[in-house]
Amino acid sequence: MNFSKELTKGIIKDNPIFILVLGMCPTLAVTTSVINALGMGFAATFVLLCSNIIISMIKNITPPKIRIPVYIVVIASFVSIVDMVMAAYLPDLHKSLGLFIPLIVVNCIILGRAEAFASKNNVIMSIADAIGMGLGFTLSLTVIGIVRELLGAGTLLGIRMTPLTYDPMLIAILAPGAFITLGFLMALMNMLKEKK
Amino acid sequence: MGYIGELFVMAMTAIFIQNFVLSRFLGLCPYLGVSKKLDSALGMGMAVIFVMTLASAITFLINKYLLIRFDLMYLQTIAFILTIAALVQFVEMVIQKNAPALYKSLGVFLPLITTNCAVLGVAILNTTAFRTDGITNYNFLDSVLNGFFSGVGFTVVLLAMAGLRMRMEKAELPKSMQGMPIALILAGIMALAFYGFMGFRI
Repeated sequence: MNFSKELTKGIIKDNPIFILVLGMCPTLAVTTSVINALGMGFAATFVLLCSNIIISMIKNITPPKIRIPVYIVVIASFVSIVDMVMAAYLPDLHKSLGLFIPLIVVNCIILGRAEAFASKNNVIMSIADAIGMGLGFTLSLTVIGIVRELLGAGTLLGIRMTPLTYDPMLIAILAPGAFITLGFLMALMNMLKEKK
Repeated sequence: MGYIGELFVMAMTAIFIQNFVLSRFLGLCPYLGVSKKLDSALGMGMAVIFVMTLASAITFLINKYLLIRFDLMYLQTIAFILTIAALVQFVEMVIQKNAPALYKSLGVFLPLITTNCAVLGVAILNTTAFRTDGITNYNFLDSVLNGFFSGVGFTVVLLAMAGLRMRMEKAELPKSMQGMPIALILAGIMALAFYGFMGFRI
């Protein structure tokens, strides 16, 4: 096991969204625009990184029977930190992500990495795993965000990208568009995997 | 409008107009993961209704009598998720001891519910929700019923999805569309159908 392998596996091979299908709720809910997707991605990556570090440090003193509650407390503490920092410094983003910031606590990616990786590996490997998985999550969110914002509003990061004659396909930024976009992107990913 | 009318609005909103899964995007992991068979979907749905109702009741009391009273609102996330985790564990033990038959059908779904964001979601939403007049916050009964109706809304779409996916198994699909991609597109079309309810004003 080496550092760079752990770092890159989350981006393509074990991509948390397209391959492992974890953390669906924020994926579909906040990807209405690229900026929201990036905000969510970085918030989750920060929580994942911090919780992976702490959990891999305390893995030898955590009683196995109560490990899940211990993990949840660690994760929830970092989520509260992110929630308050964002409310203070990025109030607009905090408002548009809304309920989904506290809900990072129950994001299956974070608890899943704590249970499957950080509780079995040392701190350095856990950092690599967290960064890789976090980047994979952020990248996937951004891709979905790009497709939905471009189709649904005709803009990227708020800047107009399409000619004025393009009539935005509003459905792409509504709830049904989220499911359909992700479905097609996942099918595309499967197709590319088969070709290899 | 009397209290019955208020309840009717709450039920319609939670089940159809602002469905937890299809318009709020909460509880998607079990919605996509446990919707392959109708009977396991029913088991999951029942377990979610049960836990959501109980969790709404307990988190309401914790919020009102501990967090607000002692000005500890910044601990809300931690307090709620721990309460829910403990509650699920407790429910599991009680059912296992007193109703083994029920445990057999619901048991495997209970641990999964801790990380179902719909449960934490309803607990947090209840603390900020208003009645139809837009001023009155939810009281204890409102919160419990909202939890119950939201759970029913989750179960309704979970069952519909399971029924559709069982039929989709027989359909011929391109290989890359099989499994999760087609399930997501199916969910998208279902969400589109539920969008029709949004026009209702009650």
